[in-house]
Amino acid sequence: MRTSLTPTRRAFAAVAGAALALGLFTACGSDGDSGGDADTAEDFDFTCPERTDGSPEADEAANESQPFVFASPGDPTSIDPILASDGETFRVSRQVFDTLLDADCTDTAPGLAESWEQNPEGTDWTFHLREGVTFHDGTPLDGAAVCANFDRWANFTGGYQSPNFTYYYSAVFGGFAANDPEMGITADSIYEGCTADGLDVTISLSKFTSSFPGAFTLEAFSIVSPTSLEAVADAQIPTADSPLPEYTQNAGTLAGTGPYMLTEWNHSEQQVTLTRFDDFWGEKAHVKTVIIRTISDETARRQALEAGDIHGYDLAAPADVQPLINDEYQVPVRGVFNLLYLAYTQSHSPLEDHAVREALSYAIDRERIVNSVLPPGGLVATQFQPPSLEGYSEDVATYDYDADKAKDMLADAGAEDLTLTFCYPTDVSRPYMPAPKDIFDMIASDLEAAGVTVEAKPITWVEYIPTTRSGECPLYLLGWTGDFADPYNFLGTWFAAESTEWGFNNPEVFDAIAAANSEPDQAKRVDLWKTANELVMEELPGLPISSSPPSIAFAPNVYPPDVSPLTRESFSQVYFTTAS
Amino acid sequence: MLRYTVKRLLQLAVALLGLTLLLFAWFKALPGGPENRLLPENATDQQREALRAALGLDDPIWAQYGDFLGRAVRLDFGSSLSSGRPIATELADRLPATIELSLAAMLLAVGLGIPLGYLAARRRGTWLDFSAVSGSLLGTCIPIFFLAAMLKVVFAQELGLLPTAFRLSAGIDYTDVTGLRVLDGIITGEFNVAWDALLHLVLPAIALASIPFAVIVRITRASVLDVLGEDYVRTADAKGLAPGTIRSRHVMRNAMLPIATIIGLLLGSLFAGAVLTESVFSFGGIGSFVYQATTERDYPALMGFILIIAVFYVVINLIVDLSYGFLDPRVRVRK
Repeated sequence: MRTSLTPTRRAFAAVAGAALALGLFTACGSDGDSGGDADTAEDFDFTCPERTDGSPEADEAANESQPFVFASPGDPTSIDPILASDGETFRVSRQVFDTLLDADCTDTAPGLAESWEQNPEGTDWTFHLREGVTFHDGTPLDGAAVCANFDRWANFTGGYQSPNFTYYYSAVFGGFAANDPEMGITADSIYEGCTADGLDVTISLSKFTSSFPGAFTLEAFSIVSPTSLEAVADAQIPTADSPLPEYTQNAGTLAGTGPYMLTEWNHSEQQVTLTRFDDFWGEKAHVKTVIIRTISDETARRQALEAGDIHGYDLAAPADVQPLINDEYQVPVRGVFNLLYLAYTQSHSPLEDHAVREALSYAIDRERIVNSVLPPGGLVATQFQPPSLEGYSEDVATYDYDADKAKDMLADAGAEDLTLTFCYPTDVSRPYMPAPKDIFDMIASDLEAAGVTVEAKPITWVEYIPTTRSGECPLYLLGWTGDFADPYNFLGTWFAAESTEWGFNNPEVFDAIAAANSEPDQAKRVDLWKTANELVMEELPGLPISSSPPSIAFAPNVYPPDVSPLTRESFSQVYFTTAS
Repeated sequence: MLRYTVKRLLQLAVALLGLTLLLFAWFKALPGGPENRLLPENATDQQREALRAALGLDDPIWAQYGDFLGRAVRLDFGSSLSSGRPIATELADRLPATIELSLAAMLLAVGLGIPLGYLAARRRGTWLDFSAVSGSLLGTCIPIFFLAAMLKVVFAQELGLLPTAFRLSAGIDYTDVTGLRVLDGIITGEFNVAWDALLHLVLPAIALASIPFAVIVRITRASVLDVLGEDYVRTADAKGLAPGTIRSRHVMRNAMLPIATIIGLLLGSLFAGAVLTESVFSFGGIGSFVYQATTERDYPALMGFILIIAVFYVVINLIVDLSYGFLDPRVRVRK
């Protein structure tokens, strides 16, 4: 059965005005509802905004002689993508390597495989690879090269199995061919094997999960030249606290098929240098040299852009976006692919009372949060997944801001003098939550206005997850940025089973999620996810607050890449323009 | 002198042992663990527990400490949990930046602070004295973070004279010899590298020098004023010695004792200032790394780095103590 693309785009009316003011949007889908330039708020597609900046003239001389310098907030960790789970490593690896499948907006799209199909059970995935693709070291791409990668990962031993090295592999495939008891991975691997026939390759699984085929787009599963893999086959990670092998820290050890080759990684200068690969199978990169440097402080990144030290940077502070635009810098709006929520931990009385949770939800003005403390392009969330994913339901119960109703409901529920502890993280900025304290302040003031006494509990990030997971916080803020197009990546993470972090037991919700996750037929699965979303919002375990795109900024004389809700920007599209 | 040095080195070993014990206990008492930074927020509890166990974080504290100590005496500090690189490698990559920045800041502070303090003392009560005293007061009052940001706004963003970040401009090829970019550029004859590195060094060095400069001006001024009032200076003057001889042999030599002590202490404290300065200017030294390691509970990195900084601090103070012998013959005789 040929896997079809399933656009589930929706146009959203909220806060479009602010986003439209930015003037530059990205088309990363082929069939969005917005259909070209968005003239009105109703036309604006928050999922993947349409690009409207045309094709300015390129400065070819600059493209050849001048490096494009991009500042990222942190260093990459490894040249070998399978050993990473951080965005900074993937920012580099996506320029150098390709995956079997790619993402178009959030839809699954051809990558190294031109097409693919699954058997009805969803356990055999056959990919038809592109012809004429070669790795940077000259090795041709074929099915055997793909199998060499999958087989290598499945047979990892020792420290390679530790989640700090191969988080995504164990998260998607469960375990390894032979789980090492020292590494604590106990689940059986669902990877059964890989068979190659020329340019055709089949990955076999023991059971279907809804992670497929989206998981084949994960940058951790980038395809590396089998010649390079042979050269590093002896590299060991004996234990979980062993250093990463030497080859993962040096440029030139692993060859990919991407538009750029990694030619230098200077750890002391905190910069990686990428050089154009002239035999790239797709459209060749415009700029010959790309340099990615680390500037951890967001203000310092903005200052470096303004001083001309860099040409672009990621994670612009929401407050910096408008001033940058006023100064003619470009801040293209990414589509949304994350979710921020306020959790109601039902083990804390009276949060087990649905009426109380409902009242609290009515008390919070989410529109104000989206408009004032989140980056442009954000929207109020109605359910626990972003709208770009299959299974997004238009029929969920909604809880629009109504302070009077909230007060009345609290009174009816006998909770007029409610006091609740509200936790928020202090030393972190997440893509879905750029300023936790500001968001906390706004929600807390709304709750206070409804008569709830809020006791603030700020917690550092390293203790925040264990504290909220253990159910200690009656109210807390948290969220997630999706890895790939799979509602289970959101809903399954939170509501697959009873947990202390939510403190409720609703088998109907758990069963609905399990049913959707194991349904290989896509049409049926979409309906099952919609049902699951509706059940979750009836249960109301927390209030989805927002989906908001992290901002990325570029100099005026740069043609930016198509920005991606998954932050999968390819610098091969970038070029210098003749604009001064 | 040798006996004194050996005694001081033994004291150093005991101090470091106590320090590791204290640090280890402190880090372990901090809430939260590195697994919460190493894994994404939707990692399962099982994955977190597996990682804690695999990292040995669930072992008894004494076993973890013993393990650390056993490795530390072999100069093996393990690897950073967040970067996955050996601590020694991280150190080799990052220490030169901090040393270069600290040296530049100290050169500025000493090179300008001592002459200015001296002049202020000699011209006590004049506008120069007043400016030096009030200027140094300002220097100690302005937080480094604020000063660094202001310098960047004015000299980098508005005037465009100097870069805002990094140690070198993007795309400059250089040969690494000592890791100190300015020095390397001069040694290898890559003068464009030396010049570019110097331009990148100016603003961070000024920011980091602000406090030591202010302290050195004030200490020098006070110290020189003390010495100027001494009988032996008046006697030398009465004997008709040349003013230059009085200044160098009688005034500055005696005034330098407290200044040398304070310079030693300031060198150590520069590391603290470097955390902020390096972060604002993305200078990539150990200061910013230690800050990151703290927020991420990267225990091996923290222990390794703090231990090495402590060794530096103690060694610098030892050198300062030993320098008394050269500055003050009385110390030499007593030893």
